[in-house]
Amino acid sequence: MGLERAPSVKLRDSPAAKVGASIAIATGLYGVSFGALSVASGLSLWQTMALSLLLLSGGSQFAFIGVIAGGGTGVAAMSASALLGIRNGVYGMQLNAIMRPTGWRRLVAAHLTIDESTATATGQSDPVEQKRGFWVAGVGIFIFWNVMTAVGAVIGNALGDPKQWGLDGAAVAAFLGLLWPRIKGFQAAAIAVVCAVVTLLAVPLVPPGVPILLAALVAGLIGWFRQGRTPSHAPGHVGDGMEPDLPPYRHDVGQLVQSVTAAQTTGMNIAAVENCPPESAGLVGEVTPMTRKQI
Amino acid sequence: MNLWWWVLIAAAIAYLTKLLGYLVPAKILANPRMSRVAGTLTIGLLASLTVANAAASGTAVVLDARVGALAAAAIALWLKAPFLVVVLAGALAAAVLRLGGWP
Repeated sequence: MGLERAPSVKLRDSPAAKVGASIAIATGLYGVSFGALSVASGLSLWQTMALSLLLLSGGSQFAFIGVIAGGGTGVAAMSASALLGIRNGVYGMQLNAIMRPTGWRRLVAAHLTIDESTATATGQSDPVEQKRGFWVAGVGIFIFWNVMTAVGAVIGNALGDPKQWGLDGAAVAAFLGLLWPRIKGFQAAAIAVVCAVVTLLAVPLVPPGVPILLAALVAGLIGWFRQGRTPSHAPGHVGDGMEPDLPPYRHDVGQLVQSVTAAQTTGMNIAAVENCPPESAGLVGEVTPMTRKQI
Repeated sequence: MNLWWWVLIAAAIAYLTKLLGYLVPAKILANPRMSRVAGTLTIGLLASLTVANAAASGTAVVLDARVGALAAAAIALWLKAPFLVVVLAGALAAAVLRLGGWP
């Protein structure tokens, strides 16, 4: 942080920190569902906590317990989890490029590299705000997600049959909710339909968990061979839902990001603030944090 | 092998995948083919996971209350409901259908 030239916005006024905190709370609450479902799938309380503490990637965690719940083997669960986590590697490359963390920060940042922290960071334009967004969302989710996982796992034990409460329906809805914002074009919809059909056809023929891997293989091959037809599509700028870094919770997060962006664009042009000491800058009021972002 | 081992291996792979991203030179990201594969792979996996969790029971395809959850979630998403509401709609639909006697 020693590289900042201008005095930066306080953390509580930081737009990226606000977005990050909102996402952390919304995502963290959902940890209840994971905790309850995981215990219902047959994992112990500590196995459930190990997934949330050490694996920390919602999609991969649900994939793992989803395969186990369907009667799949440990290796199939691990494979589905690993495949679904590949996108985190792509996020890591992006975040490394914009944040350049070093030493222990890089090791911690890697652990916190998930959909939500990446979406918060890449939604900001100012490097300081990008870092703040990433760390607030990442650390916030780590805390909330784990606390709520524990709550869900304990309550889930007390609830009896989780099917009675529709928790398996919650998992179905969650996966559809993660998929939905990615279906923005014909191609993305076609890939989703093809993979859904492959899954249904494969279910009676192969062991549980394997249909997901077959669908992944089909999807990967489609991506590999379609590359030649869309050479102008740069990563993150495809805009048809196929880009790997799409924010998953478009409906809530998108509105937040939009309002922040709107505030940024409307609150510009107060160049005088640039030369003010921080105390007098406070007189400008609400606009100040946004304006200082531009300095 | 004990499920604990698979939990720990999955966690180790997840972390190494993330860390690998920080160690790979940024120019590899500029490869449109790899970026595209990562994008299609995520769509395919999520679609497959949705369907498998909605209709698979072991090695059988079944139509039970989870299909109702899928429909309820789709309606909620179509109405631009927040993520948490979508999840609750799915749970509520499955619970109500089971209360009504659906398996």
